[in-house]
Amino acid sequence: MFTFAVKRLALALLVALTVSLISFFLVRLSSDVAAAIAGPSATAADIEAIRHHYGFDRPLPVQYLDWLGHTLRGDFGDSLYFRKPVLGLVVERMPVTMTLGAVSILFAIALGVPLGVVAALRPNSWIDRLALAVSVIGQAMPSFWFGLLLILYLGVTLRLLPISGSDTWRHFVMPAITLGYYATPAIMRLTRSGMLEALSADYIRTARAKGLRYGKVVGKHALRNAIIPVVALTAVQLGFVLGGSVVVETIFALNGMGYLAYQSIVQNDFPVVQAIVLTLSAFYIVLTLAADLLNAWLDPRLRAVSGA
Amino acid sequence: MTRFARLTLAFAALAILLASPPAHAGKSDNSLVFASDVVPESIDAYFNNVREGVVIAHHVWSNLIYRDPKTGEYKGELATAWRWIDDKTLELDLRQGVKFHNGDGFSADDVVTTFNFVSKPENGVVTQQNVNWMAGAEKISDYKVRIHLKAPFPAALEYLAGPDVIYPGAYYMKVGPKGMSEHPVGSGPYKVVDYQPGKLVSMVRNKDYFKDSPLGQPTIDKLEFRLIPDLNTQIAELMSGGVDWIWRVPPDQAKQLATVPTLAVTAGETMRIGYLAFDSTDETATPALKDPRVRRALNMAVDRDALVKSLVGEGARVIDTACFPAQFGCTTEGVTHYGYDPKKAKELLAEAGFPNGFETELSAYRDRPLAEAIIGYFRAIGVKADLRFMQYAAIRDLARAHKMPIQYTTWGSFSINDASASVSSFFTFSADDLNRDPEVRDWLKLADTSTDPAVRKENYKKALDRISDQAYWLPISSWPLIYAYSKDLSFTPYTDEIPRFWQAKWQ
Repeated sequence: MFTFAVKRLALALLVALTVSLISFFLVRLSSDVAAAIAGPSATAADIEAIRHHYGFDRPLPVQYLDWLGHTLRGDFGDSLYFRKPVLGLVVERMPVTMTLGAVSILFAIALGVPLGVVAALRPNSWIDRLALAVSVIGQAMPSFWFGLLLILYLGVTLRLLPISGSDTWRHFVMPAITLGYYATPAIMRLTRSGMLEALSADYIRTARAKGLRYGKVVGKHALRNAIIPVVALTAVQLGFVLGGSVVVETIFALNGMGYLAYQSIVQNDFPVVQAIVLTLSAFYIVLTLAADLLNAWLDPRLRAVSGA
Repeated sequence: MTRFARLTLAFAALAILLASPPAHAGKSDNSLVFASDVVPESIDAYFNNVREGVVIAHHVWSNLIYRDPKTGEYKGELATAWRWIDDKTLELDLRQGVKFHNGDGFSADDVVTTFNFVSKPENGVVTQQNVNWMAGAEKISDYKVRIHLKAPFPAALEYLAGPDVIYPGAYYMKVGPKGMSEHPVGSGPYKVVDYQPGKLVSMVRNKDYFKDSPLGQPTIDKLEFRLIPDLNTQIAELMSGGVDWIWRVPPDQAKQLATVPTLAVTAGETMRIGYLAFDSTDETATPALKDPRVRRALNMAVDRDALVKSLVGEGARVIDTACFPAQFGCTTEGVTHYGYDPKKAKELLAEAGFPNGFETELSAYRDRPLAEAIIGYFRAIGVKADLRFMQYAAIRDLARAHKMPIQYTTWGSFSINDASASVSSFFTFSADDLNRDPEVRDWLKLADTSTDPAVRKENYKKALDRISDQAYWLPISSWPLIYAYSKDLSFTPYTDEIPRFWQAKWQ
């Protein structure tokens, strides 16, 4: 297990390094960052002076190593638009995004797991087909469209929930449903297949033969075993949800990292863009690593497959 | 399902149903919530370059001079009188008895401190164009100052009445731009009570606002500016009463909003003009554009009346000038008007040696349907333009490098009601001058620096005539701004795109 963990950690670090490389070079190649700093009324001489001042005239690999060194020390530079340290901006916005992510994944679990259980208990029935339809719609429907539908019906027509902002828990309901619905299908399908496998196992037959209540058989014995891989999947889905927060935060005017990313892209604020890409990637890498380790701990066969 | 689970679910549903969101008060508590999609990077008026920052600045701080938007007349605001000592020195008498929001009294020290700070390039004011005409300010007495200009600049009054607001000098030197942004202090009709960066700015009526202000006295007690990035969300909030006022509504959605009985929709013309700029320099990426016959042909190829009617919308008008018609110095007298004549356009192209047209590129950063319509008109006369739709900053870089032969773009002149803020920005051999006509440059320099209005008008006229004769641009139209707000709100829009909430009131 230790060897497996070390190998996975090394791979995770390599992925993180690759992401940092790609995000760094993509930003540098997409626009003239010196001109972005200089502003719209700058002359060519101003831009060249800035290019030299910030070291943008050095070879790109040298710039990358310099940037990496600062980043590892927690120095992401200053935002060109807000003129504040990037780290402060990101940390300031993080609670909203983390709250949204957590509530969204809880919604996805609250919807996906019961749907998966019910679908597995009645395979090929109308309930199973309904669960499948919910799953397909969740995967296919664009989140911004779903969000606007929720705003229209729950916010404008029925006036049940506030439409924008992040002042109270009620402000997070619609955004969490919008984002969580996207993560629901995978959780539902994995729960369903896990339950089908568990329900056909010998120990379930034994439990029923012993006369245990049906609810206890399903809830305590079958679900407990079926849910294990879902826990690992949830960690990965949380990563997707954090990435999807860009659109949802913009629609619902939530002042989180997702909206900061949108603003920064529009404003060519490349230090912030880089920092957010790196931060969200780091989260995703850590969550995926945790999922891998959890799966390997639960199922030793996976360690053997990966040569640990 | 157990009994407990059923009860829990029922209780939760009831709780959600009963606990409705608090309705926004608006009229009942004399407050107004307005929303926009952009947040200023700093509330400090000199350290942001977005319209929303300008709007907040006009409510929180005061100017020395006030330009009446209805009559165009200059009136005293923090100043009571002014005179030109010479063509580079403006002397102002200051109003006594004005207090800032923190209780500090206003005097000449505040004018001198503010302008001496912002006029220094090393202090990093973002919109240098607004301050780089000042050499500095000098205190003559407690209520008399002189502003020294670097060069004769007759538009100085326009800037003093516009973006150049006055700060409490001692406070500003103590807290700096960062502190001023976090805790703004001004002398305007409203004071900031809460600022959440990236989210909202809350203001309350300044009960001690000076009675002799030409702005009048505000009636709405509380203002709140909310950032809502998505337009559909803004509309939803407006319809549900979450906000009272939004702007920049697209024409198609404006039509639908106008049918909502609780809302009013108003279109107001602005100083923003839309146009095509042709790169006619020797370095242009499309050499055909060096020939004025080609540029004239392109002007005749587009039915601007049809474009304005279907794509720009109510409140706009077709323009023929490289400036907004109401700006001082902007005259249509003698300017060439190119009517829609595709047949003549083709003849001109043939005469210029392009009987089969040519290929080029056209960039745009907004109004994509308009850009595509123009490309369609060009195609009808044989000119095939590829659309490059990208960020403004990216287009600007390409254009300055002469890699973007035709740009569709707009210009708002920072709401400065003077031709020096429009035509002179593009034809005086700056980085954005894509035509480099020395005659035009010389006329504009004379117009920009003379203090004689007659001389200014004459030289602007010469420059504008030549620009239109040479067809350096294809001016399209002015741009309207569509506002949507609660029907109970009395609100008047003006061409400078500055909503004056101090004049608004609930009916």
